[in-house]
Amino acid sequence: MELKDKLISSFFAFEEHVDVNTKVHNTRSEAMKNFEATGFPTRKDEDWKYTSLKSILKEDYSLFPKKEDAIEYKDVKKYFIHDIDAYTIVFIDGIYSSHLSQTTHDKIDACLMSSALSKDKYKPIIEKYFNKIAPKTSLNSLNTAFSREGAFINIPKNTVADKPIQILNFSTGNESALMLQPRNLVILGENSNVQIIERHQSLTDNAVLTNSVTEIYAEKRAILDYYKIQNDKSSASLIDNTYVEQKDDSNCSIHTFSFGGKLTRNNLQFFQKGEHIDSTMKGVTIIEDKQHVDHNTLVHHIEPNCESHQDYKGIYDDKSVGVFNGKVVVEKEAQKTNAFQSNNNILVSDKATINSKPQLEIFADDVKCSHGCTIGQLDEDAMFYLKSRGIPEKEARALLMYAFANNVLSSVKIPELQQRINKLIANKLNVNLGFDL
Amino acid sequence: MLKIKNLHASVEDKEILKGINLEINAGEVHAIMGPNGSGKSTLANVVAGKEEYEQTSGEIIFENQEISELEADERAHKGLFLSFQYPVEIPGVSVTNFMKTAINENRKAQGLEDMPAKDMLKKIREKSELLDMDRKFLSRSLNEGFSGGEKKRNEIFQMAMLEPKLAILDETDSGLDIDALRIVSNGVNKLRTKDNAVLVITHYQRLLDYIVPDYVHVLLEGKIVKSGGKELAYKLEEHGYDWIKEEMKAV
Ligand SMILES: Nc1ncnc2c1ncn2[C@@H]1O[C@H](COP(=O)(O)OP(=O)(O)OP(=O)(O)O)[C@@H](O)[C@H]1O
Ligand SMILES: [Mg+2]
Repeated sequence: MELKDKLISSFFAFEEHVDVNTKVHNTRSEAMKNFEATGFPTRKDEDWKYTSLKSILKEDYSLFPKKEDAIEYKDVKKYFIHDIDAYTIVFIDGIYSSHLSQTTHDKIDACLMSSALSKDKYKPIIEKYFNKIAPKTSLNSLNTAFSREGAFINIPKNTVADKPIQILNFSTGNESALMLQPRNLVILGENSNVQIIERHQSLTDNAVLTNSVTEIYAEKRAILDYYKIQNDKSSASLIDNTYVEQKDDSNCSIHTFSFGGKLTRNNLQFFQKGEHIDSTMKGVTIIEDKQHVDHNTLVHHIEPNCESHQDYKGIYDDKSVGVFNGKVVVEKEAQKTNAFQSNNNILVSDKATINSKPQLEIFADDVKCSHGCTIGQLDEDAMFYLKSRGIPEKEARALLMYAFANNVLSSVKIPELQQRINKLIANKLNVNLGFDL
Repeated sequence: MLKIKNLHASVEDKEILKGINLEINAGEVHAIMGPNGSGKSTLANVVAGKEEYEQTSGEIIFENQEISELEADERAHKGLFLSFQYPVEIPGVSVTNFMKTAINENRKAQGLEDMPAKDMLKKIREKSELLDMDRKFLSRSLNEGFSGGEKKRNEIFQMAMLEPKLAILDETDSGLDIDALRIVSNGVNKLRTKDNAVLVITHYQRLLDYIVPDYVHVLLEGKIVKSGGKELAYKLEEHGYDWIKEEMKAV
């Protein structure tokens, strides 16, 4: 059976496990209809021109894992940023793992979507925020139809989260192929502040496809730093759909570190609904073999006096493929907008490819918008300079790559996380550069 | 220490070095002077192992080994150092981290463990003091936004850190102010021993008042056409290169 048909027919089975007499379920049913009508995107869709899902949709994915698997902390410890004190929300094959998690309802909510969707006390919040900004694309609809579990983070107004929150999604490989659809909701009340780290990690080489949707709402003057670590096995694919709505004077940044996985697609969109908003998207992509990473971004400048910053760096080796499609829309009312976008790429191998396409749609006249895209090789003169100091070819290349990505790395605000990402890069480039990367 | 025999090198099929012969022994200081475009930097780069230049014939023997086939990093491991005429800017790597990598890669090549962090910091402190370098530079990106003189000082700082057997200083004096010239030259002199050697490339006699050469060579159109003692530098300073060109024509 085709995956689409399998999903449609299993929706009935899914309905047996959720309360169907709710507004949320109406939303799910609507979404299911939408997915039925549209199906998965293909390369005929303009937004999917350079990324084909065909090969990953061929797998016979299990949609509901049979049992909860008890993995031990020691087996997954290395995927935690454990040298910081943090709240953690851990899912194993899509199911919440209480013994690996440390959730809270004290001052802030860092807990489960399943309880937010079902408990009465969250009803007003869910009605206000659930599925309000995720566009009705086929993949979002599919996720919405099956939305049941994920992280629910609610930071009340005037509250600074006392520690970062980690959302970890593990897959055990108990199923030969598994499809996951986490649904996260993050709400930052006025003047609130939180840092979030999100990771998807497969523990075996069995196929995994994750179609994740995260909606983020930042009320006035809220501050969010969100870090996505995408360093999965080459049998795991991820479609990450993240949407951010910001109100006046809020400041949200999302960093995406894509170092692994078979196919990774990031749909990341910011909607600025207020003035003096700052939106930042940064990314470092370092991939090889036949890996594929696609960043599809949008910043929608709706009101005046706002800023957006996009800085994506990519290093592509072997036959890897990168896509950057960065769209900036500045509405007529959005005067005095400052929008910056840059996408710099290094092709290490002549078989690697990058498709970089900035799209600027500017309807206001008093704006500052810049975009730049570069595609190059490592600088030969710099290579000679390093080698002449006794640094061998491999290490010299690694050092230059690290240097190339460094300005994005150095904007990570959690030092332990920065260290960790530096280590991931050092491991990935297979070097020890003699200093703590 | 270094013996160059009949060295020819070209870039993009254009011959630039046309038969260089040069011998430098331990403990000596040699200077090469010559007009713009005569091939001085090319010689320095070819000896250091820049692949862009094709060595078409001749030999480069360093420490009794023919090094023409060695990579630049392997030449550095043997104790060769080039202070660049135009040091490259590398944003994103601090001077300190760059030095740590370089020192430890050299140690690795010698079969040694990484230098303990404490020793490394001590050494960095010592050598930066030797060159009167502001500590601020150590955490800045390598050469990025450094002034001309700061870049040159940083080159000699690297030399001090790496302690090479043979240092080739390509116009290290250009860009240095009068005080900096004195400090940097003193730095170079302090690093001199009877076991190492220096080859300075310069346009000006002034530097040679500080780093006093045993031999001065004139490079003209890819060949060393005249060699002498340090008095040759004075003569060049005063009369330029025309008289040498005349002499050559006469021959
Ligand atoms: N990469 C290159 N490509 C083409 N020509 C080159 C290259 N490198 C050097 N040359 C040419 O070779 C000649 C010698 O250059 P080189 O830099 O060695 O001169 P130099 O003696 O160091 O001059 P200066 O005193 O100005 O530093 C010049 O004509 C230069 O243009
Ligand atoms: Mg020169």
